[in-house]
Amino acid sequence: MELLITRHMKLQKRRVWLNGAVEYLSEAGSVDQLFRDMYRHYDIDYPKFFKMDNLCKLAFLSTEILLRGTILLGKYPGEEVAIILENASSSLEYDQKHVESIRDRNKYFPSPSLFVYTIPNIMVAEIAIRHKVKGEHAVFILEQFDPGLIYHYVSELFRNQQVSCCLAGWVESYGDHYQSFLFVIEEEDKIRAFKGLQEYVIFDTVNTEKLFKGKSI
Amino acid sequence: MIEDLILKLRKEIIDQLQLEGISPEEVDPEAPLFGEGGLGLDSIDVLEIVVLLDKNYGIKIRASKEGPKIFYSVKSIAEYILDQQKK
Repeated sequence: MELLITRHMKLQKRRVWLNGAVEYLSEAGSVDQLFRDMYRHYDIDYPKFFKMDNLCKLAFLSTEILLRGTILLGKYPGEEVAIILENASSSLEYDQKHVESIRDRNKYFPSPSLFVYTIPNIMVAEIAIRHKVKGEHAVFILEQFDPGLIYHYVSELFRNQQVSCCLAGWVESYGDHYQSFLFVIEEEDKIRAFKGLQEYVIFDTVNTEKLFKGKSI
Repeated sequence: MIEDLILKLRKEIIDQLQLEGISPEEVDPEAPLFGEGGLGLDSIDVLEIVVLLDKNYGIKIRASKEGPKIFYSVKSIAEYILDQQKK
């Protein structure tokens, strides 16, 4: 069983690449403005977006771009779609905001909408709610993107026949720094009918790292 | 007096819940806050309004079964605040 990367995207330094080609370039002066501009540019209608923390906004926007105009996830039952992500800063930015908000014991009003974003897995939840994904999910906190971990973990899920499709990658956000790299993994025999419509990439550690670094396969 | 409170509450709710692109005037004071036809708020939003009432009005909601009645609309919240302030 061959696993293929059938679609991939990257967002960093105010640029969006979809399947290797730049498709959006922004002049936004701040992360908040960039995400707001992207929401409008991609004509998204999801008011809950504005309540999310930046990590979730990044994961949400990246997934919207990756799946835009496709019926990709619709081909599979929600229970057979997994989301496996990595990042470095976890939810540290909102952890710190939450701590700051409850520092003064005389004004102790913890905000539920702040607190809810103090776990990184919430970005998976936001994607899952939006796209009706109900399969395996995990977020690994690592110093840097580890394509090997993703490759072995995701391959095992497919080998155990737990999933038919997986959304995987790196979603990192802290302060002004943000970077996302998301891709879709499917089994070759399940997409045979669509083969030839675009170039697919064999899912392995080397190819995944090359895509992450923007190198040609 | 309730009209002034409703006006203030509409602004506070929009700020507290970070409702993008909605002005206070657009919030119908009698429309349901949750579900179809309202602002489409969720369970986290309810908790935020509970915090708002505590922080801005010193009112603590202790009986959760009163929630649906109190939080039905901006007007019902305003009526609850005025009722509590009389006590």
